[in-house]
Amino acid sequence: MNSTAARGRAGVIGFIVAEMSLFAVFVVAYLFYIGKSATGPYPREVLDLPIVNTVCLLSSSITVALATRALAAGRIARAGAWLFVTVVLGLAFLAGTAQEWRRLIVERGLTIGTNLFGSTFYPLVGLHASHVIVGLVMLSLCVVFAFSGALKAVHRERVELVSWYWHFVDGVWVVVFTVVYVVGR
Amino acid sequence: MLAILHDWVVTVDHKRLGIMYVVTGFVFLVIGGVEAALMRLQLAWPGLTVVPADTFNRLFTLHGTTMVFLFGIPIVFGFGNYLVPLMIGSRDLAFPRLNAFGFWMLVFGGALLYFSFIGGDGLYGSGSAPAVGWFAYAPLTERAFTPGNATDYWNLSILITGVGTVATAINLIATIATMRAPGMTLGRMPVYVWTMLTVSGMTVLILPPLTAAQIMLLLDRFLGAHYFDTQAGGSAILWQHFFWFFGHPEVYILMVPGFGFASEIIPVFSRKVIFGYATLVVATLGIGAVSMSVWAHHMFTVGMGATLNSFFAISSMLVGVPTGVKIFNWLATMYGGKLRFRVAMLFCCAFLFQFLCAGLTGIMLAVAPFDWQLTDSYFVVAHFHFVLLGGLLFTIFAAIYYWFPKATGRMLSERLGRWHFWLLVVGFNLTFVTMHFPGVLGMPRRIYTYPADRGWDLLNLVTTAGVPLQAAAVLIFLFNVVYSLRHGAPAGDNPWEAWTLEWATSSPPPVYNFATLPPVTSRRPLWDVQHPDDPDGPHE
Repeated sequence: MNSTAARGRAGVIGFIVAEMSLFAVFVVAYLFYIGKSATGPYPREVLDLPIVNTVCLLSSSITVALATRALAAGRIARAGAWLFVTVVLGLAFLAGTAQEWRRLIVERGLTIGTNLFGSTFYPLVGLHASHVIVGLVMLSLCVVFAFSGALKAVHRERVELVSWYWHFVDGVWVVVFTVVYVVGR
Repeated sequence: MLAILHDWVVTVDHKRLGIMYVVTGFVFLVIGGVEAALMRLQLAWPGLTVVPADTFNRLFTLHGTTMVFLFGIPIVFGFGNYLVPLMIGSRDLAFPRLNAFGFWMLVFGGALLYFSFIGGDGLYGSGSAPAVGWFAYAPLTERAFTPGNATDYWNLSILITGVGTVATAINLIATIATMRAPGMTLGRMPVYVWTMLTVSGMTVLILPPLTAAQIMLLLDRFLGAHYFDTQAGGSAILWQHFFWFFGHPEVYILMVPGFGFASEIIPVFSRKVIFGYATLVVATLGIGAVSMSVWAHHMFTVGMGATLNSFFAISSMLVGVPTGVKIFNWLATMYGGKLRFRVAMLFCCAFLFQFLCAGLTGIMLAVAPFDWQLTDSYFVVAHFHFVLLGGLLFTIFAAIYYWFPKATGRMLSERLGRWHFWLLVVGFNLTFVTMHFPGVLGMPRRIYTYPADRGWDLLNLVTTAGVPLQAAAVLIFLFNVVYSLRHGAPAGDNPWEAWTLEWATSSPPPVYNFATLPPVTSRRPLWDVQHPDDPDGPHE
């Protein structure tokens, strides 16, 4: 067995477990404070279902999987293209979140200090968004390397690990979506 | 000189980082010890004014934080760093640079905590250190109640050391999972490696929640969020849950590697195989699993209700079962053995007795109504210190006497070691056995002085009287280390006639650890090499 690859996989799994544990606490805090805000605005009044966002992010999991598959087959340009699509979808998600936050802050007057809903909403969604940004930085580097010729088929394990992280970020969004937009609304 | 310093600062070698972790830990042990000594001086007799009340609060905050995060954690992961690759026959950890990152994060976090003396109140006035206690209950930590920056230094320090610790834990897991020598199956790993695997797994699961809670506290303090802000509907209890979900397993993270040390040292000095290897491993994993469901026994007095109280009382008592199994394992290993009472073994024997006592007071405190009476009293403080000093510190010293020859090529002086041991045993028991009684008589923890008519005065004086003995023991130990580094008897590869792989290489080991590895066909590869006529394999 290629031991470098095994090490990398073990490391990334450990990292993802630690991250899950981090998110779990923010999720617990959010669930704990649902319905406990003393003043408005309340989630029901101001939150819209971020359907487009969710579709973008979830489909980016498919595109990144296609990219790693293309890389494994030695088709670098095709992998680069799929990675690029993944980055675009991730950026679309971030743009959607930015727009949502602008609307909440400017139009609805909900900030982190307004009430318990604001106190728990922004950190949870923001923590996820910051992970999206980290993922996008890594994916963008992969895109650059793919088109500069630095990315080779031997690197497929590494790109695979980046894709694991990206799948994890997607999985967290499923939880955040359920907790914030379904259960909490 | 500068070149040597440069070599150590830029090193990514697990042995050097391990040594640096342990040395850092001992620097902080001395600092935390001085803080403890000051508190004991202040409490020696009613109405003393050795330190003012404010300073006393800062002392117990820094003492607790230092000992748990800057002494306990570095020692645990320092030994793990040094020993795990050697014991499983690998050349380094899986990610050497990540390893260095973890260590330097710890140093940075530690420096940040102590920088609070200078920066805590923005350099005007006399400066200050955090005074919120090591578990920093909300809402005391909110901006309204602790203005200034001292609490922020505490917060950031723990956040930063936590990131480094998680990195190292992941590193150890990846190393144990993927870098074992040929033949080193999971079932043949030394028990110590199992304990490090267990505590690394626990660290990955329970340290990020503390990090999350610290981030929430930062958001409260700097951005006006209300996580723990009771005036806006936030919950002070939530902080307690988050903190103790970390805090209780943390005690086991510190303690379980101590069990690992004992499980390596006791067989070698009894000249027998460890009794019940499989039960020890299962007990280790069991402690790891159960310890994550006991945290709210720190919170019996907050009014969780009968159901939750019962649950946490039962789960807390349940931890006693695997721990008890281990005590019997060690005793059965010693039974009928050819015991050699070298200093390392002496420390293990004291550990067995003291840790048993600590476990028994733990079972007492797990009974919720008993805890209602004695929570936040000196009984709890005595119990906790019995675990971490009587249990952990004694096994750490055992480990140092045992592995110092491997790390340096020199033996520690047995003569000084015996002085160290007996002074520490007498001093420790004088202080901490006695400390239980003022607790039972109602003396609360974290008071800077007390009236003379409570019947606590003589007990406190005796408690304080143990301090100089322990301090002398530690000074003798430090002298022993410095002296033996130069003048100790040469150790040779395997001075204890031990069996695990780290003794197969030279002392100190070369950078690459092993030129050739002995074949691993049992749990005691070196025994097999020395006794080809009677290898262990068929007996396992």
